[in-house]
Amino acid sequence: MSWEIVTVLGMPLVGGGVLALVGHRRRAAEVNIALSVATFVAAGALVASVIRDGPIIALWDQFFVDSLNVFLVALTAFVSMTTAMFSRPYMRIEKDHGRLTAGRLRLYHSMYQLFVFTMLAVLLANNLGIVWVATEAATLTTVLLVSLYRTPASLEAAWKYFILCGVGIAQALFGTILLYMAAQRILGTGFEALLWTHLAGVRSELEPTVMAIAFVFLLVGYGTKVGLVPLHNWLPDAHAEGPTPVSAVLSGLLLNVALYALVRCKVLADGALGAPYASRLMMGFGLVSVVVAAFFLSRQRDVKRLFAYSSIEHMGLITFAFGMGGPIASFAGLLHMTVHSLTKSAIFFAVGHAAQKTGTQLIENIRGLINVSPTVGWGLMLGTVAILGVPPFGVFASEFLILTTAMREQPWATPFLLAALGVAFAAVFGKVQPMVFGESTASRLPHPPALVPVFAHVALVLTLGIYIPPHLAHWYREAARLIG
Amino acid sequence: MTELLSAALVGQIINMLASVLLLLSFAMLAQRRILSLIDLFAAQGFVLMLSTAFVGWATGQVHLYVSAAITLGLKVLFLPWVLHRLIRRLNVKWDVETLINIPTTLLVGIVLVILAFNVAQPVSQLAGTVTRGTLGIALAAVLLAFLMMITRSKAVPQVIGFLAMENSLFFAATAATYGMPMVVELGIALDVLVGIIILAVFFFQIRERFDSLDIRHLEKLKE
Repeated sequence: MSWEIVTVLGMPLVGGGVLALVGHRRRAAEVNIALSVATFVAAGALVASVIRDGPIIALWDQFFVDSLNVFLVALTAFVSMTTAMFSRPYMRIEKDHGRLTAGRLRLYHSMYQLFVFTMLAVLLANNLGIVWVATEAATLTTVLLVSLYRTPASLEAAWKYFILCGVGIAQALFGTILLYMAAQRILGTGFEALLWTHLAGVRSELEPTVMAIAFVFLLVGYGTKVGLVPLHNWLPDAHAEGPTPVSAVLSGLLLNVALYALVRCKVLADGALGAPYASRLMMGFGLVSVVVAAFFLSRQRDVKRLFAYSSIEHMGLITFAFGMGGPIASFAGLLHMTVHSLTKSAIFFAVGHAAQKTGTQLIENIRGLINVSPTVGWGLMLGTVAILGVPPFGVFASEFLILTTAMREQPWATPFLLAALGVAFAAVFGKVQPMVFGESTASRLPHPPALVPVFAHVALVLTLGIYIPPHLAHWYREAARLIG
Repeated sequence: MTELLSAALVGQIINMLASVLLLLSFAMLAQRRILSLIDLFAAQGFVLMLSTAFVGWATGQVHLYVSAAITLGLKVLFLPWVLHRLIRRLNVKWDVETLINIPTTLLVGIVLVILAFNVAQPVSQLAGTVTRGTLGIALAAVLLAFLMMITRSKAVPQVIGFLAMENSLFFAATAATYGMPMVVELGIALDVLVGIIILAVFFFQIRERFDSLDIRHLEKLKE
């Protein structure tokens, strides 16, 4: 029995229960932080034990850790911890502005922890059925968070989110059923036939016809949650209308988690069908997402929608990288997952405070942040510069690797990627620059904003751009080898 | 089972239940009244329960009985009851409004069924189950439920479409594999249960805000 896995999963689960009882009290935000820190510490212990002893399979084979998911577990625990730290002052200010009541804060705190639990469960589950159940549960826990403000727009966003992701994820269930059917012929009936560790061992024997259809359903299903075009409609609404900490974890974590589930399925499909089938599908979806999202960026007037479209663009890029496959592209994809997650959540933190200071999310009404609050202004500027792939930030490193690999292996795609990245740069920079500099429209906040998380994330991304510690590089290489 | 019924007869009975399921899917697509829609949904759940239990009996898969019991409790009794209560509490109008007229929807539905049979054919030949012939019907029912979701303009019919899709997926699981492993099936049932509770909360929020459950109010967000 591995106590690390039990703690990583148990902490947020228990936390969700505890906060359902005390989440409206004055100190609930601190409890939320403490639980998130504990989860992160447990995740750290899990990382240490995987480095020491190698992969772990636990809890009746239903959960496992290998070099691919362990780094995502650590990333998820880290970002959910910093987001909990950010949400303490942020939600306090929202309450002072009268947008939330104590009861809704209780719902928020409880659901936040349960959401973290479901994401960790997706990452750690060995049983692909449990992966599906937990992904669906991740939707359910966030629906009420998206509609937390109960404004017409937020209700609409939550409804769209629920229906679109529900339908999408139902397709993934059908894919899972077909996968189970293919696996049963080799592994026999019983839950063993859904265990990834077993499936990976026999993946070359899985029936290709069934796997081909199964993968399409899995791609559409999990792709909806990743936000791949044309299944992305829920994403900008859910990001823009929910509270900012929720936008940060949706964008920074949930999309990664869904993509992780897709990548696991791709490994199996590759084994059964040979490389090009799943690769082409993923490259196609990825490229379309990058291009379409880039062109939508310039039309956005709401700052959170702007960065939501930027998330679609980046998830498309990562999907494209995993689609290309091979050690370098997969390495770059994993690195991009990490830096995008850190950068995008930092941007949402800064954007959240900027919106609170100016009382609006409309880009044209947010002006001159740097005059009133240099830290929020610089946080937003640095985050934006980082996400746009300016060196020496980490995003540059991963985008550079993806682009150079694409030039070598998929030259046809390179002009599209370069054009899209150029358009995205112009659109986002042109919109953020006047928000940060110039005449100010911002005012002071009742509570000091939480900016440590913003700068901590940006600093990490900067570090990853300049120097990837050998341990981490080794880790990415191991994981990339697993993806193939 | 072979002592009592020949394999051919077992196949016949399963096919018959499958066709009833498909017929009910079409009936839901054509139904205008919301209360009848709920009853049809319950009937669909009942057929699903029967077929699951029958397959369990015919093949000696004991865990299918558990699955059938969950279906009976959750989808035949509990969910219709919750939906009926919701309708009464929310005072929803009786008629279901559709975005496309019903005959057109039914024609599109027929096309979807043909499509589903074509997709499922190569797969179902590879399944080792006595129920494999019904995989095409299961996929057709999934697509019909999906069609119902996108052609209805009210929130409650959309949700029923969503739940009907869940039913069809369970039917697909029985057809292709004799049901998912127990732990997964329990997880899915839990998701459905939590989902419906969240939806009930959500319905009240929508209504409080818009005085109606017409999702055409929910079309302000663009791009």
